[in-house]
Amino acid sequence: MKPLEAIRIAWEAIFKNKIRSLLTMLGIIIGVAAVIIMIAISAGTEATIQDQITSLGSNLVFVQGSMTRGGPGQAPSGGLVYDDAAAIQDGVSDVKAVVVEQNSSETVKAGDVTLEDIEILGTTTGFPSVRDMEIAEGRYFNETEIERKSKVVILGSSVAEELFGESSPIGEYIKVGNTQLAVIGVFTEKGLVGNTDFDSRIYMPISVVFQKFTPSMFARFMGDSVRMIYVEVEEGADQDAIIANIERLLIKRHDVTADTEDFTITTQQDIISTRESTTSAFRSLLAWVAGVSLIVGGIGIMNIMLVSVTERTREIGIRQAVGATPADIRLQFLTEALMLSIVGGLIGTLVGVGGSYIFGALSDMRTVIQPASILLAFGSAAAVGAFFGYYPANQAAQLDPIEALRYE
Amino acid sequence: MSATIIEIVDITKVYGMGDISVAALNGVSMKIEAGEFVAIMGPSGSGKSTLMHILGCLSQPSSGQYILDGEDVSNLDKAELAAVRNRKLGFIFQAYNLLARTSALRNVTLPLLYNHADAKVSVEEGDQKAHAMLELVGLGDRIHHQPHELSGGQQQRVAIARALINDPIMVIADEPTGNLDSRSGEEIMNLLHTLHRQGTTIVMVTHDPKIAAHTQRTITLKDGVIDEITHNGKHVGRNTIPLHSQWEGAA
Ligand SMILES: Nc1ncnc2c1ncn2[C@@H]1O[C@H](COP(=O)(O)OP(=O)(O)OP(=O)(O)O)[C@@H](O)[C@H]1O
Ligand SMILES: [Mg+2]
Repeated sequence: MKPLEAIRIAWEAIFKNKIRSLLTMLGIIIGVAAVIIMIAISAGTEATIQDQITSLGSNLVFVQGSMTRGGPGQAPSGGLVYDDAAAIQDGVSDVKAVVVEQNSSETVKAGDVTLEDIEILGTTTGFPSVRDMEIAEGRYFNETEIERKSKVVILGSSVAEELFGESSPIGEYIKVGNTQLAVIGVFTEKGLVGNTDFDSRIYMPISVVFQKFTPSMFARFMGDSVRMIYVEVEEGADQDAIIANIERLLIKRHDVTADTEDFTITTQQDIISTRESTTSAFRSLLAWVAGVSLIVGGIGIMNIMLVSVTERTREIGIRQAVGATPADIRLQFLTEALMLSIVGGLIGTLVGVGGSYIFGALSDMRTVIQPASILLAFGSAAAVGAFFGYYPANQAAQLDPIEALRYE
Repeated sequence: MSATIIEIVDITKVYGMGDISVAALNGVSMKIEAGEFVAIMGPSGSGKSTLMHILGCLSQPSSGQYILDGEDVSNLDKAELAAVRNRKLGFIFQAYNLLARTSALRNVTLPLLYNHADAKVSVEEGDQKAHAMLELVGLGDRIHHQPHELSGGQQQRVAIARALINDPIMVIADEPTGNLDSRSGEEIMNLLHTLHRQGTTIVMVTHDPKIAAHTQRTITLKDGVIDEITHNGKHVGRNTIPLHSQWEGAA
């Protein structure tokens, strides 16, 4: 029998039992659609994270003070301090800019609105450009204001809205803890980057934070401790060499060893790879879910093919009587099983692609349809059809012509 | 000039095994020449259908030899038997055995699907030939009808057209008129006689002595052995082996 004939016969058999065929294909349809949609969601999430991270600029190195405060028998170090920033700027080559950040949290009041536990971020003049923040209204503070510890503040967009609603906060005063500050600017909306909400914070000169919100009696001897130093490196510079230089410099300044470092240095690349490893774990979970649903779909196909072989025993007998060989019969039923899974795979692909679009449009999650996921889902559907179709097809091929013709 | 199409030697067929085994054929030998019309008779359960299935290569004998068209087919495997059925034999069943929900034309072309030897037959040629066959059996105006839209006699004629489509060397019919009323049965018999006159070799099982009387030769089975052979109404032998040599003597 020619393969084309087998396809025609299989198509007719499937079409004669439309409802049954559709129900049989349902397992495959759901499996394939689920694979495509879930991979689209995970790819979309990953793309969103990538975009956010890239928006920070890829040439940033983060130096963060860590909890480790010296090893046993060692004097406690002050962790990362404000002067480390200047030392890095001066002592390491190919450093374009250094931005320092220290944070705390306080109650913020304006008029009769009170907001509890607002993160306050003290930083330096380079901050908006390094973290890609734009001023929506007013202005950012300058060097002089840092030197003079001027009581000025820039609001994140959601804080500004909660405190002042629609009206402009510029020129108004807010009370942070016990300190009165003048609002000189508002940032445009930035949204979540990683786990940080840039819009629900307020920003002020780092010197003000040292003085009013994180005063320390050790500051006089060890310097004001800071949470983070952003180091922007020159385009095309050797990042690894710069990191090594920063590390060497800080080890010396903090009087620690490589094993007892009180800081950690990370890059954008490190953050991206951490995210990627979490998404890849998510993906392997998806692969299991998909695998199981496809196997269940395959069992459905096998079940219905066994029913079909029994129902059509007489037809098989007639075909055998006029000269169909066991191979002909096997081909016919295997084609039918394959076609069920392939048509199911096609419908599943349509549902999956359509579903991904609709899901992306209706929810705030982004979906990115991966062509490879379609190929993967489709290929496994076909493989499942061939695998689970073989046994029933072989049963059919093995029938005895006379017995088959006698079957009622 | 006649060529031997079938020669069977001491064929037996045993169904089941052990204590409950049934011997349907107990050593049957015969020869059939090209162009013959042979009727097989005998009481129910005497082994007629069993013999037809073996002659039609639908089952294998338990022992004995079967030479079809010069080829020993006693030990062929399933696929080889299928090829022999397809190329050399046409089988007509009492129950018509047409594919349901399939047009007369597609039923007749069915054997062409499995014609591995002669792949040159295109779909168009096959359809033309099937059309011609349906004309031959008097159904030229019914080619697109499905079995449920045809009478029993018409369905059996579709089955005959199907049996003829691959130009078989022999047509085997097991009670072809068994499910039909006497008029339709007569029409089928007339058709078979016409085919015979045109040169087709036919072996047919029948219960009707009147029908058997029209054939050249009648072989009567009883309890799985040949009980009697008549040639043109003349008794030529009883259950002796080899029977065919006696018939040759008589001819
Ligand atoms: N598949 C089978 N298994 C067991 N016994 C069988 C089988 N087929 C036939 N027989 C037995 O073989 C014997 C011959 O059966 P067969 O069908 O050849 O008879 P028949 O001459 O065609 O009868 P009828 O005129 O009723 O059609 C019977 O005793 C029957 O019971
Ligand atoms: Mg019978």
